[in-house]
Amino acid sequence: MSGPGADRTRTVACIPALTDELAAAGRLAGLLAEAAADVAVLAARLAAAPNDLAAVVVDATRCSPADAMAACKLLRRLDPPFAPILVVVALEQLDELSLRDELFDDFFVSSADPRELAARLRHVLVQSGSTATSSVVEHAELTVNLENYQATIAGRALDLTYMEYELLRFFATNPGRVLTRETLLNRVWGYEYYGGARTVDVHVRRLRAKLGEEHAHLISTVRSVGYRFG
Amino acid sequence: MTSVSEQQANYVLRVVEERRIRFVQLWFTDVLGRLKAFHVTPAELEDALEEGMTFDGSAIDGFSRVQEADVLAMPDLDTFQLLPWHTEGEGVARVFCDIATVDGAPFEGCPRNRLRRILGGAHDEGFTFFVAPELEFFYFDSLESAGPPHPVDLGSYFDLGTDNVVGRLRRDTVRTLEEMGIPVEHAQHEDAPGQHEIDLRYTDALTMADTVMTVRHVVKELARQVGVAASFMPKPLAGVQGSGMHTHLSLWRDDTNAFFDDGDRYGLSPLAHQFIAGLLTHAKEITAITNQWVNSYKRLVPGNEAPVHVSWARNNRSALVRVPTVKKTKVTSTRLEYRAPDSAANPYLCFAVILAAGMAGIRGGYELPPEAAGNLFTHTEDSDLPMLPTSLKEATDTMAGSELLHETLGEHLVEWFLRNKRAEWAAYAETVTPFELDRYLPLL
Repeated sequence: MSGPGADRTRTVACIPALTDELAAAGRLAGLLAEAAADVAVLAARLAAAPNDLAAVVVDATRCSPADAMAACKLLRRLDPPFAPILVVVALEQLDELSLRDELFDDFFVSSADPRELAARLRHVLVQSGSTATSSVVEHAELTVNLENYQATIAGRALDLTYMEYELLRFFATNPGRVLTRETLLNRVWGYEYYGGARTVDVHVRRLRAKLGEEHAHLISTVRSVGYRFG
Repeated sequence: MTSVSEQQANYVLRVVEERRIRFVQLWFTDVLGRLKAFHVTPAELEDALEEGMTFDGSAIDGFSRVQEADVLAMPDLDTFQLLPWHTEGEGVARVFCDIATVDGAPFEGCPRNRLRRILGGAHDEGFTFFVAPELEFFYFDSLESAGPPHPVDLGSYFDLGTDNVVGRLRRDTVRTLEEMGIPVEHAQHEDAPGQHEIDLRYTDALTMADTVMTVRHVVKELARQVGVAASFMPKPLAGVQGSGMHTHLSLWRDDTNAFFDDGDRYGLSPLAHQFIAGLLTHAKEITAITNQWVNSYKRLVPGNEAPVHVSWARNNRSALVRVPTVKKTKVTSTRLEYRAPDSAANPYLCFAVILAAGMAGIRGGYELPPEAAGNLFTHTEDSDLPMLPTSLKEATDTMAGSELLHETLGEHLVEWFLRNKRAEWAAYAETVTPFELDRYLPLL
């Protein structure tokens, strides 16, 4: 099945906030989860660029079920209506979903394991025909296989440490975007890592070394801001 | 929820499978900075990652305590890396280990644990410590011949050919390091025949200590493959300069270089002044660690670009602590260079004592002495500047009385180190050297 989502990004927006579980589920599904606190801003962004997101997760346990349904409604009223939308509910909120099936594509109960969330995310993406479900990210001569953790450049296997792999994956799934050091630290290392922005510089330099001189330019430095891939 | 360490373990196991790795080498470092390894097969790896590998610590110098011989090697998954010189299908990877006691506590005799602890202390005060060493070494024909070794590029056979072999070897070495994620700033031929230098790009001190261990191994291994012998001995040849490990240092507070200050005439913050003062005040005490062999003190002599006096200066290569000039547009690269260490130091302990000395200056609010003027290489012992220790004996005696060193390294390490080094000195003192035979035999 192909659809409007054929060349979508791999980003999933989480309303109203990004929890550790959602971030982990995104990672497991090979997607990048980000927080979207303001639904109106998100809707405006999608109206302008419908392919900017692979999916939206609305977490009713972090706002009220009424707010969650209002958010879904707003996204469905866009032209074209946004899909897929997944709703997270607490067990006792399940009733809130009845008679509102048109507002979301799937739901899960907040106690679910991130692996289940990841599987459901992938499933709805496949159903909506998004290429974001592919487990191989390609960019120029770089391929990153999200399933077996293997990356190659011009056919040569890259032997990466875990953090280098995570960093490269994050870059490859966000081509063309300027990523600040803070974003990279938070999204790749997690909030608890110490070492500051220098850590990012050091790892980028290591990654460039492994890519080799010919391909080091894949990650370009954006002066006093951060980095851009592609 | 799966933790980061579980995800990391899965990553490592998956890479081992995909890349058809035959063996994983578990690397660790003994007290004297020598690389040790076990080999495990992929089948054993999962257990080794989870539970560590038990081994008899008394088999390794510096790890022995009579009553508790068994220790555990715990792999640090951050450091899992394929070794690029092994061929496809027979892959070999390495992972650095921390040493723990059988009940899981960090083992007192493990240099890597020790550096981690010292870095943790600085981190608690908001600082991250970055280092960038310049590693010097020699390529020789062989390490086994009697008499002084022959530098390869002095070989009497076709000079151009040898030069090509060595040039290619150094380039291959740099490429291999880059493939392993070790960025190299420069690599060049050094002053002495057969001497080369690899300058590494700064990183956090723990990663850098691992990197120094890796570089020494890669340099030797790749040389061996083309029939050349590499050595990091501090002073292998008389009359030419020895192999130093000049180490560039910077302290960072969040994303700010804590050594930089625009208002200061040296471009240095008060903190940097105190750090230098700490290095100078404790320089003699840490020398046994930064220069740990009898031979190290043959390098620390006047006239061969090695520091002799305890001094600091801007852009003066004869000072112990040098403050390199930085461009106005590159103030983030403000740093200090500590020039005493040699390439045969234990990098973990070396970086730990350097940081401890500098931090003592900060914590104690030490006063920076005046900058040394002129070329210190030509200074003689008449200079009123204090001298670095001139022998391993003097260095170990100074270390034995140093509160800072006992605190930084812990009793277990200090006691073992002093015992080992005093034995080394005793063996040396008993040796009748060629110098004595040449000079005295005909005369006396």
